[in-house]
Amino acid sequence: MIDTYFPLGMQHYLAGGLLIGLAVSALYLGTGLVGGMSSVFSTVWSWFSRCPGFQREDFLRSRNWRLLFAAGLVLGAALWRYGLGNPVPVTEIPVPYLLIGGFIAGFGARLGNGCTSGHGICGVASLNLLSLLAVLVFLGVAIITAQLVRGLGL
Amino acid sequence: MNSRGFAFSATVLACGALFGFGLSLATMIQPEVVLSFLRFDDLGLLLVLCAATGTTLLVYQLAPRLLRRPLFAQAFRLRPDETMRRTLGGAALFGVGWGLSGVCPGPAIAGLGAGNWPLLWCVGGMLAGAYVQGRWFSGKRD
Repeated sequence: MIDTYFPLGMQHYLAGGLLIGLAVSALYLGTGLVGGMSSVFSTVWSWFSRCPGFQREDFLRSRNWRLLFAAGLVLGAALWRYGLGNPVPVTEIPVPYLLIGGFIAGFGARLGNGCTSGHGICGVASLNLLSLLAVLVFLGVAIITAQLVRGLGL
Repeated sequence: MNSRGFAFSATVLACGALFGFGLSLATMIQPEVVLSFLRFDDLGLLLVLCAATGTTLLVYQLAPRLLRRPLFAQAFRLRPDETMRRTLGGAALFGVGWGLSGVCPGPAIAGLGAGNWPLLWCVGGMLAGAYVQGRWFSGKRD
């Protein structure tokens, strides 16, 4: 059964997930901050746009640490790839999927105020019922979308 | 910057790095692996999500009960309350984008550090999507 559902093994998934959880936990213990990743895509605009949708007090207050946290993500992945020499295959997903998918995901995550990390990890860990519902909705819709794309041979 | 401010910033950066390292180890910065979960070829993503959420759940629930405040800040924060319609509508749209690309915000950012350059298209798309969202919904918080 394990071979069927986890053809590449389970260990690296569990270990990686544990590290992600420790990262979010240590952030909370050290700084009290609750860190989902999608907010940074909105808060960076507060440096460039005078639109009140970005000049929100909570954006101005959190934009520095969110950018620093994102820089950390880049750093950690670079350490994995270049510091330890682990291979990371360059994705072959066609550019339109990446661009359009990114646009819709960015719009939706900001509309719904959370993504896989914000609702999925932080929200559920806060025992927030709405976050749990959000996770079920985006997992369900993503599964349907991905299956449709394959089914239609797109 | 005082020493407390430095410790605060260093913690944010180090935790981000650990997050990015974990995403890389879990191969979540490879959209093909994420799509193979969404297509039920490999359920690994569930393990990542459960391990990460389980660990965080323990700390989120215990820390405020055991500690008076975080090490380098005044108070533990909470996720703000949101309205049901916008949250679930946004989640559904997010699911469409995620299902199309296999990329969500964390891996899009982390993937750049690992030289997975096509993910720049995703980062650009997400920035644009967040911009349009902010413009359309400016002023109406809910």
